Amino acid sequence: MTARGPAGGVTLPPKPSDRGRKARPSGVQRAAAERTRTTIGRRRVVNVVMIGVTFVAAILATLPLIFILGHLIKAGASSINPAFFTEIPKPPGETGGGMANAMVGTLVLILAASGFGLPIGIGAGLYLAENRGTVIANGVRFLSDVLNGLPSIVMGIFAWQFLVKPMGKFTALAGGIALGAMMIPLVTRTTEEMIMIVPVSLREAALALGYSRWRTSLVVVLRTALPGIVTGALVAVSRIAGETAPLLFTVLGNQFWSTSLREPIAALPLQIFSFAISPYDEQHSLAWAGALVLIGIVLVISLAARFATRSRFGRGGD
Amino acid sequence: MAATESPRVPRPSVAPNAEAPAANARVRLKAAELSAFFGSSEVVKSISMSFRDREVTAIIGPSGCGKSTLLRCLNRMHETVPTARVAGTVTLDDQDIYARGVNAIEVRRHVGMVFQRPTPFPTMSIRDNVAAGLQILGRERPSKTETDHIVEDALRRAALLDEVSGRLKESAFGLSGGQQQRLCIARALATRPAVLLLDEPTASLDPISTQKVEELVYELRQDMTVVIVTHNMQQAARVSDRTAFVLAGELVEFAPTNALFTTPSDQRTEAYITGRFG
Repeated sequence: MTARGPAGGVTLPPKPSDRGRKARPSGVQRAAAERTRTTIGRRRVVNVVMIGVTFVAAILATLPLIFILGHLIKAGASSINPAFFTEIPKPPGETGGGMANAMVGTLVLILAASGFGLPIGIGAGLYLAENRGTVIANGVRFLSDVLNGLPSIVMGIFAWQFLVKPMGKFTALAGGIALGAMMIPLVTRTTEEMIMIVPVSLREAALALGYSRWRTSLVVVLRTALPGIVTGALVAVSRIAGETAPLLFTVLGNQFWSTSLREPIAALPLQIFSFAISPYDEQHSLAWAGALVLIGIVLVISLAARFATRSRFGRGGD
Repeated sequence: MAATESPRVPRPSVAPNAEAPAANARVRLKAAELSAFFGSSEVVKSISMSFRDREVTAIIGPSGCGKSTLLRCLNRMHETVPTARVAGTVTLDDQDIYARGVNAIEVRRHVGMVFQRPTPFPTMSIRDNVAAGLQILGRERPSKTETDHIVEDALRRAALLDEVSGRLKESAFGLSGGQQQRLCIARALATRPAVLLLDEPTASLDPISTQKVEELVYELRQDMTVVIVTHNMQQAARVSDRTAFVLAGELVEFAPTNALFTTPSDQRTEAYITGRFG
């Protein structure tokens, strides 16, 4: 099957009928053919084994998600009903209730974080790509990588110290900014990388038409790189959508409806956390359902944004 | 016959234009003691030459001789590369384009350029690609219907209109390589530049597309100044009125195309065109 490479066919010694008609193979060629004949079996085996190993690795890579999804559906699906999406949590001990306020809260937080993190991240990535090799660009890139590795709990503490404390209360805004700050380094790096793969020739073509540098960056380079940047932004959104630690210090959570940025707000991860550590089985089941919905929200956002930025011409674009 | 700039030279049969370049053609673009640098290495060495209106000037020479860099100095594209530097002057209609206060962006609107590889903008339709240069004109920007007319006219001049009519709203990436290159020429023509610079425009094209682009270049000389860089000597002979031979950053010889190819005055030119090097 897979092992029939050129090595098998080309260097085989001539068949008896060929002798005399063709030039006899030299000593080196005969040695090479001999080596091929003695090792070809082993090489075929190694090939099959390696393909098998990588195939197993590929399956293992998807297994955690399949396992998690399977368990979430088993444990949480029974709690998913219309009320789950329309009602706010009931007091402990009562049955029923939902996480509508937490879902809306998570969406508000994602929007706030994107509004804060995406412009800064994309702008910074554009700067890095356009000013490669300068001291400032290298410094910014390094610090951005460090920020990327910053534990989210540290981000939460800082947001509490510099946003919550001065404002005197827990607010959705503080949470949005903390999450947005976590998005920045990721968006910066993906934007830079996506812009770097836009061919220089395209940039030059725009400049040669009389485009100014900023217009070339904005109209030609950024637009060409847009699908990749959107993908990067989505990865960032998916990452922060489930963040819990920064929210503990900033938005606090809320048992009631609120969409105000200036008030504490409910969020799915917080709600899942508080239900999961509660002593009631009913709430455990709701927590599983909440986790399932959280994954669903991330999935829907990804699909929607991909659909929205699909290439106008139905080809290329990611 | 000495290969001076004698104007009344009969054309060789390879050239489609049977007439010699007119002696009185107005000089449109002129380089004087033009040098170009990348860092400290000088890739164009004090070249002085003039490009006349309604003529095609070819620049030939071996790879790496500085011919593309020379071309890129004529619309101030050279300076867009880090560490690149230019010395000397280039005048367009007696205006020094490197003078203080002259905007490089303004220069590039009057001196169009087409590159070796077709560079249609992938996010734009065929129409928008051609109109790309018009979108940045600020207050002088033409209306939508005017733009449509200009796009159609530019596509016609680039001999592409028949092949793309009815699919102007489609992606430019659906076109063949040769069509994409003519699209880029149309895009450069749409802003009505005085000079068109072509940097090996057929290097990545098949023979039939090459022929179409060559015919197009030949047509364009009727109302503009064309400068074409090529490493294909037959192409230079076919399309140009005058040819410059550049070697190691120096202008070795600049003469009417026919004279340069039949009776080169410099031994190095002769060696190059007879294929002894390069």
